[in-house]
Amino acid sequence: MEKRVVFRSASLPYLLVLPQIAITLIFFIWPALQAISSSFYREDAFGLSRDFVWLQNFERLFADAAYLASMQTTAVFSLGVAALSMGVALVFATMADHVIRGATAYKTLLIWPYAVAPAVAGVLWLFMFAPTVGIVSFALGQIGIDWNIRTDGDDAMLLVIVAAAWKQISYNFLFFLAGLQSIPKSLIEAAAIDGAGPGKRFWTIVFPLLSPTTFFLLVINVVYAFFDTFGIIHSITDGGPGSPGATNILVFKVFSDGFIALNLGSSAAQSVILMAIVITLTVVQFRYIEKKVHY
Amino acid sequence: MASVDIDAVTKRYPGAGEDTIKGIDCTIEDGELLVMLGPSGCGKSTLLRMVAGLERITGGAVRIAGDVVNEREPKDRNIAMVFQNYALYPHMSVYGNMAYGLKIAGLPKAEIDARVQQAAELLQLDHLLERKPRQLSGGQRQRVAMGRAIVREPRVFLFDEPLSNLDAKLRTQMRVEIKRLQRRLGITSLYVTHDQVEAMTLGDRLMVMNAGMAEQIGAPLDIYSHPASLFVAGFIGSPAMNFLPGRVSDDATSVRIGHQTVVTDKARGQAGRPVTIGIRPEHFSLADTGNADRRVDLHVDLIEQLGADTVVYGQIDHAGDVVLARLPGVLTLTAGDTLPLTIDQGQLHLFDPETGKNLW
Repeated sequence: MEKRVVFRSASLPYLLVLPQIAITLIFFIWPALQAISSSFYREDAFGLSRDFVWLQNFERLFADAAYLASMQTTAVFSLGVAALSMGVALVFATMADHVIRGATAYKTLLIWPYAVAPAVAGVLWLFMFAPTVGIVSFALGQIGIDWNIRTDGDDAMLLVIVAAAWKQISYNFLFFLAGLQSIPKSLIEAAAIDGAGPGKRFWTIVFPLLSPTTFFLLVINVVYAFFDTFGIIHSITDGGPGSPGATNILVFKVFSDGFIALNLGSSAAQSVILMAIVITLTVVQFRYIEKKVHY
Repeated sequence: MASVDIDAVTKRYPGAGEDTIKGIDCTIEDGELLVMLGPSGCGKSTLLRMVAGLERITGGAVRIAGDVVNEREPKDRNIAMVFQNYALYPHMSVYGNMAYGLKIAGLPKAEIDARVQQAAELLQLDHLLERKPRQLSGGQRQRVAMGRAIVREPRVFLFDEPLSNLDAKLRTQMRVEIKRLQRRLGITSLYVTHDQVEAMTLGDRLMVMNAGMAEQIGAPLDIYSHPASLFVAGFIGSPAMNFLPGRVSDDATSVRIGHQTVVTDKARGQAGRPVTIGIRPEHFSLADTGNADRRVDLHVDLIEQLGADTVVYGQIDHAGDVVLARLPGVLTLTAGDTLPLTIDQGQLHLFDPETGKNLW
């Protein structure tokens, strides 16, 4: 049954949603339009003159090896973050699902990293892995592993992936745990009676039933890796090492091209592309969730 | 095929002050259907789940075909279970649901196909094999759950209130189907329910449970006609048995209900003691001129016309307790009438008011 609130005055509902609309317009729509319009211009570094260049900014981007490299870096980074954080979260959630005593404390502790700001998380991991002062780098050096995020691009990539994934594990954990707990216990029992051992039960019953959650989290994590990891990259590697930067993901490149190199037109064009990507992901997400999921 | 031995089985949950199951003994013969009946919380489902291997057994032993299975995983007990909510795998088709256990057992595909097809025909599911559980009605889901149990050709069937999610009409229909199927397959079965009609009609024997103990184990009609305790007497039969306080006469030939006296053999040896008299509503009959020594007068409060029967609510000797009498045919009565009734003395039960045990 659907319950609708009916307002007697026609203007009241609009008045009530006005603040939300105002915020959306001022902080989201307006900057987005600004970015779209800037992407059609070429501007000098001092903002004294601008030329309308049609789609030249975009054409140049797709012809630019550095930009294509950054796309590839982003793909590796976001898939790495999504896979690592979701994998670890799923393991934790499966174990937490079995915990009876102290379950609440356990869950609360697992959720803490989510509250850490990206830049702080970045600094934390940097301190552990910095080539000169990092305790983990030192320990690795002692056992003969040469770990240096300042010189080795793969080392740097690995570290930012781990740092970014670490922050996201809590979030994924919560969703996976909720997903696991919504699977009726009798299904697991029925599978046990049908002869399936714990591993078989997980892969043939639990995992398929979690697939809506998994898909949802995949999109969320990719979006997170695309956009919310700027602070981590900025504080740990600054997009480096090397040129093109081994960890120079798209969102970081928007920043460095726009605010460091002051190539505003190109930076705006890059943000428009990112916008298109996130809109696509969101649409896919909604479509899928509307269609499937309900067992 | 196998018998199931439940031998002094107890269950205590960690941290609980007392046992949930307080030592139950019962042997279910090969091919027999035993119904475990009791109110919610009496431990019947717990006992079933211990046989299934879904709950640990605290004390005693469960034997299937003579082997102690206490420490065996459910999959190693060769049992099949039908759950109250059916527990169908929602992401698999009807075929997938029934084939799941066989695939895990590693049977060849042709054999799986044959068995599923056979079970589907038996249960009239053959046209639904490609459907997902959410596209099925309650009765169809129930049959799929049965099918999943049948295809595995287990030694023991376990039913955990399989019909309680169905509407009344479908329940009656499925009850008959289950009975027919169990007869035909001849598989030893344990069936849990709180519905006494289901229990009476399905069971070869019943185990009436109360507070973690088996109050009585026996054939349905034996339990109906010789309930071992007040609890069993009140639980089996509908409408429920009437209980009235009374006293055995000093010469031990009759019982007194208020100022009225009923002669009964069952009073023998109980001279002068207070008793709880139990009499089922259907064991009253309209008094004729004879049998004056087993006559009581019922002061009518209310009548219910069921067509085939008439249920009369009233009081005997204004004793306070409401008495129901179920009399065949249509009777025209009004409140305030006095209705002379005869009690079938073989069906009169005397219980110890202290212990609740049947004195006969």
